[in-house]
Formats: sequence, C-alpha cells, structure tokens
Amino acid sequence: MDNVAIRVAGISKLFRIGVSRERYRTFRDTLTASFVAPFRRAAGLLQGNPMAATNLSETFWALKDISFNIQHGEVVGVIGRNGAGKSTLLKVLSRITEPTTGRIELYGRVGALLEVGTGFHPELTGRENIYLNGAILGMSRREIDSKFDEIVAFAEVEKFIETPVKHYSSGMGLRLGFAVAAHLEPEILVVDEVLAVGDLNFQRKCLGKMNDVAKQGRTVLFVSHNLAAIRELCQTSIVLDQGKIAFRGLVTEGLALYTQQILPNVARVENNRVGWQRLKAQGQEAGILRTSTDEGLTLDAWFLANESIRRGFFYCIMENAIGDKILHQRLESKEIMGSEIQPGLYHFTVKLPPLWLAPGLYTLHLKFLETDTDTRYRRFLSENVIVDMYSPVPSVLEGAMLAPIPSWKVDLEQVEQVN
Amino acid sequence: MVPLEPNIEHPPPQPVFSAQPYLVIEPSRGWVSLQLRELWQYRELLYFMTVRDVSVRYKQTVIGAAWAIIQPFMTMIVFSLFFGRLAGVPSDGLPYPIFSYTALVPWTFFSNGLTYSANSLVGNANLIKKVYFPRLAIPLSTVLSSGIDLILAFVILLIMMLLYGIVPTINVIWLPFLLLLTFLTSLGVGLWLSAMNVQFRDIRYVVPFLTQFWLFITPIAYSSNLIENDFLRALYGINPMTGVVEGFRWALLGANTAPGLIILVSSLVSLVLFVSGLYYFRRMEKTFADVV
Repeated sequence: MDNVAIRVAGISKLFRIGVSRERYRTFRDTLTASFVAPFRRAAGLLQGNPMAATNLSETFWALKDISFNIQHGEVVGVIGRNGAGKSTLLKVLSRITEPTTGRIELYGRVGALLEVGTGFHPELTGRENIYLNGAILGMSRREIDSKFDEIVAFAEVEKFIETPVKHYSSGMGLRLGFAVAAHLEPEILVVDEVLAVGDLNFQRKCLGKMNDVAKQGRTVLFVSHNLAAIRELCQTSIVLDQGKIAFRGLVTEGLALYTQQILPNVARVENNRVGWQRLKAQGQEAGILRTSTDEGLTLDAWFLANESIRRGFFYCIMENAIGDKILHQRLESKEIMGSEIQPGLYHFTVKLPPLWLAPGLYTLHLKFLETDTDTRYRRFLSENVIVDMYSPVPSVLEGAMLAPIPSWKVDLEQVEQVN
Repeated sequence: MVPLEPNIEHPPPQPVFSAQPYLVIEPSRGWVSLQLRELWQYRELLYFMTVRDVSVRYKQTVIGAAWAIIQPFMTMIVFSLFFGRLAGVPSDGLPYPIFSYTALVPWTFFSNGLTYSANSLVGNANLIKKVYFPRLAIPLSTVLSSGIDLILAFVILLIMMLLYGIVPTINVIWLPFLLLLTFLTSLGVGLWLSAMNVQFRDIRYVVPFLTQFWLFITPIAYSSNLIENDFLRALYGINPMTGVVEGFRWALLGANTAPGLIILVSSLVSLVLFVSGLYYFRRMEKTFADVV
C-alpha cells in the first residue's frame, strides 16, 4: 500500500516585492514626487489595483514548480543557499502562506516549528505562556495539561513557572519555548533552523531532542544551514536552488551535490577578483570525507588573487555538528606570503596532525579576511569539507569531546591477603 | 551509557494509512468559504488569546482595571457639565449623567473593540508569519477581551441606577440582543479595518479620527428625539450605534424613545457590516503572512 505522508505537486509561489525606487536627481524632484506619489497611489487604488498602491508591482518566484513525495517516517533535510526557497517551502507546507499554484496533500496532522517561543508574551507567567504557546502550536488544553510537568522539567524552569517571562534570562525563555514545541506530537513535523539560537548546551539539547523525534518514526522536514546536523538527522534530502528542486534523494548525495555544485557557484559569482577556488581534503574534492580519528588531515586549496592585496588573514576553521569551534587558527598573510600578496593563483597545503576527535561529523573550511585598508574588511570563505571521523578502536564511547586512545597497563604489585 | 539529558519517552505515533488526505492545500479562488467550522476547532486558542489580552491589558499600570471605568465615567462628567448644564441639551426627562453614561457604556465597548481589533493583525504580525491558525481568531479575541471593560463599566451603571432610584423596565430582556448588536458592529468594522491595515498602514491614522467622528454622530450626548420626523429618525438607525444607544436607554432606563424601528434598521446595517467584514477578511487572509 502507498505510504505517502506528503504529496506535493507543482507548487509555485509568487512574491510581490517593492520596485526599486527611481533615483531623484534634485531636492525639488524629491519634494514634488513626495507630493504627487500619494495621489498616484490613491488613483491606483481607485482603479482597483491595490498592488500599484503599495509599490508592490515587482514580482519574483520564490518557488517554481516544486513536486515531490515524502513517505511516512522519512526524515528529510532541506538544503539550499539563502533565498533558495527553503523557508517559503516550509511556510507553504504549514499553511502560513498560500501557494500561487499547485496542490499539496498531507496525510496527517502537521506541526510547524519555525521559531522558538512564537507568541510568548513577556507579561505572562511561564505557566500561562506554556498554555498560550501550546494552543498556538495546535495542542489541545488536555494535551498540554498532561504534558505540563514534562515541559517544565525539560525547560528546567520549575522555580520560575509563576514568574512573568520578561524576568527570564534569554536562555530560559528559549528553553521554555523549545520545550513546548518539543512536546508537540503531530504526525508530520516541519522544523526551520531552530537550532541556530541559544547557547551551546541548549543547541546540543535541541539536536538531541530532534534526534529522538526522528527516531520515533515521525515524518520530519528539517531545514538547516548546519550541514553536519542534516547529515546526522536525515536519511534523505531535497536540495533547492533558486526555487527549484536541484536534487531529491539520499542525504549523502544531496550534501555532496550542494557542497560541490551549488556552493561553489556562489563563491565564483561573488568574488571574481579574489577568493578561494577549490578545496580538497586528503586529495578528495569537497563532499564528505570519511577518515580515522588517529589520522592527520591534509587540505589542499587554491586561492586566486587578481590584484595585489596588502594585508589579510588566513583562517583554518573546524566545527563540530552543532557548531562548536574545534579549531580556529589565524595566520597573517605576510607571515607566509611576504609583505604583499602578488596577483596569481596560490596552492595552499594545510596539514593537521592527528586530532583524536570523538567520532562524529565535522565541518572544515578556510577563510580569508582582507583588511587591505582601514575601511576594507572583506571575508572570503572556502567551500567546506565534511569530515566523518570514526575511531579505529571500538573502546571509544559516545559523549566525550576527544577520543585519544590511552594505552592501558596493569601490573600486579602485591598480593593482598584476604583475612 | 548514562543519558546526559532527561530522556522523555513518547509512544511512537501511529502512522496514518488513509487513502484520503488529512488536508489538501490549494490556492483559493474567487469567493472563499468562511471556514467557521475550523474556527470552532481552534476555540481553545481563541480562549487563550482572549485570556492573554485580558490579563495583559492592565499589567504594569498603577490603577489597573480602574481605567475601564475612568474612561466612560470622566466622559460622562464632561458631557454632563457642558452639554447637560451649560448647553441644556434635553435628556428625555432623565437625569443627564445617567442619560449619557448609559450610552457611554456600550459606546466605550464599541470604540475600544474597534480600535484594538483594527491594530490587532499588525500587532500580532510575528504570530501570523510563524504559525498557522484561522486569522479570524485575532480580531475576534481582541473584541471579546474588551468585554471585560464592558462588565466593569456596567457595574458602575447599575450602582448609578440604584443611586438615582431607577428600576429597569421589562424591556431589559432585550439587553443581551443589544449587546450582541454592539459586538457584531464593533467586530464587523474591526474586521474591515484590521484586514485593510495589513496592507495600508493609513488605517492607523484613520481609526482615532473615525471613532471621534462616530462619537458625535451617535446620540450619546443628546437624544435622537431631537429629530421629530419618524421616518428620518428610523433612517438615523443606519448608524448601528444609534440603535444600540437608544435601545440601552429604552431597556434600562425606560426612556420613552420607542426605538423599535431604529433598532431594526441598525440590526440590518450591523449584519451587513459584519458579514461583509467576514468575507473581506477571509478574502484578504491569504496575503496576510506575505504582506504584514
């Protein structure tokens, strides 16, 4: 039997955005225009064209002819650059905004989590906000009643439950918001970037909770820029590029495609004067590299400068799946390239010793910060490589940061007399 | 391994294997249905939002809910001094203070409900952009929450009636209907204004002007009996608040205004305002999240 949870057919979404204003040449023009414009807008309104009245005549397609199916129990990562249409897709799926064309069939109750603590009111107490927020997310009062204690415990705000939320620290507010949302139990869950907020502990907790949800056999759509988190949580992926589906399939392939094809395009478009060209790890082109934790890493990167640059800094950055920086190394350009970076294509080789990191996913990239003059600060980021670390020995347990392999030695020094 | 976080066990949800989709999302076309059944499903949200508006309304104010009374009461005093005393406006043979206060009670409810609901969608923009629920819940809960002010002001009215020794007539059984009429008028106008306010923030400047203007064209400081022609008096009911105000005086104070025809006209106008407001709101609803 067909086991489809979400069937999306030919969804498009047209947005109206403001036209770029004409540039007024003189002060007099500006003044005249500001007198004439209201009349022109009112005239547009009377002619039955409200869009002209609000300067919203320019349009663009945030989504263009999107079609896909999602099975029950599938955890799908939605990947794409900023503006690729990820958030719009989630908003259409959660009925916040209506599609311009197309049809979506949802086989189950949908819960959307696009923000932590939506609708929290600072003047209300923690208890009141739990009920309000729960109702906003679609929970019934009985449902909230039965989960109330769990929510409070998860958020760790027992002592402050009768305190107005405005007296909460921002961390407590976020925890409470996430706790309510985490206890929402729809068949289909739609999540957008909620992990991007809060301190590291909180992010870790959110990720853990997401992992639980994913393992409970629920259908989840997960949007994040954190590729390692996507890799860890999702089985399949949808890669969006400029409002269209660029790929639909396994998450490993989706990530590889995204990092190899879609990301580099940005880099080339944005910085044709200077910037990173390619990145390889252990001789492998961007994507996911599987390596043992006791091995060193070699990065190869190509850096193009079309003109000379006086000063800048190179960074080597490694982050874990929840965005903690494991490695953050800076080097001034003159230390390795002389007083000025001459135009040319440079081949960088960066060698890392064995890091003994705990098994898991890490993101590695290089950065160049140009500080040519006092006023110019420009950042160039290389593509990133996702490193999937594994331990060569089975004795390493989860939950630690590092996994160096201690050597064990036992000698019997004295025989104790037992009575 | 010991779990680092409290582990919360949930029964896995039962997968739904139904041939019929639970929900179909399609672009809406033409005249949309009002979806009142869906609003009913979200009645708990409506309840919590109303409770929120009520409990937040007078937080961090010094005199709190007394504001609900001060507003109509002070207006009554000013009206009594200037219109009652100085101008000598006739008050249907009733003491002027209670004559005007009886009108100010439903009026304050109406104008507050209208003002709050007109700004309600813009004020809740964050909710609209992040969660789905029937948007009608927002202006509806706003007007409902104004009901608390009405109750407080009404208590003062009862005390005043006691002091003046006025006993309500049997017509007081019409009071719930008159309150409903006030509610529908307030919400009807509120629906129009709130939906328009999403796109045209001009509404924000229109509202104070509108309520002030409406106050003067409603027989609050004066009586509709100033109009002698019966036909013209009935036409005065085109302003739905005329029917409400005259009805209140008739039902509670036994004013000899015979407002039957006025109330009939007012009810019809109010109904038209309300239903058209509902349809306009529903029609604009799909654009709220994109525009607000």
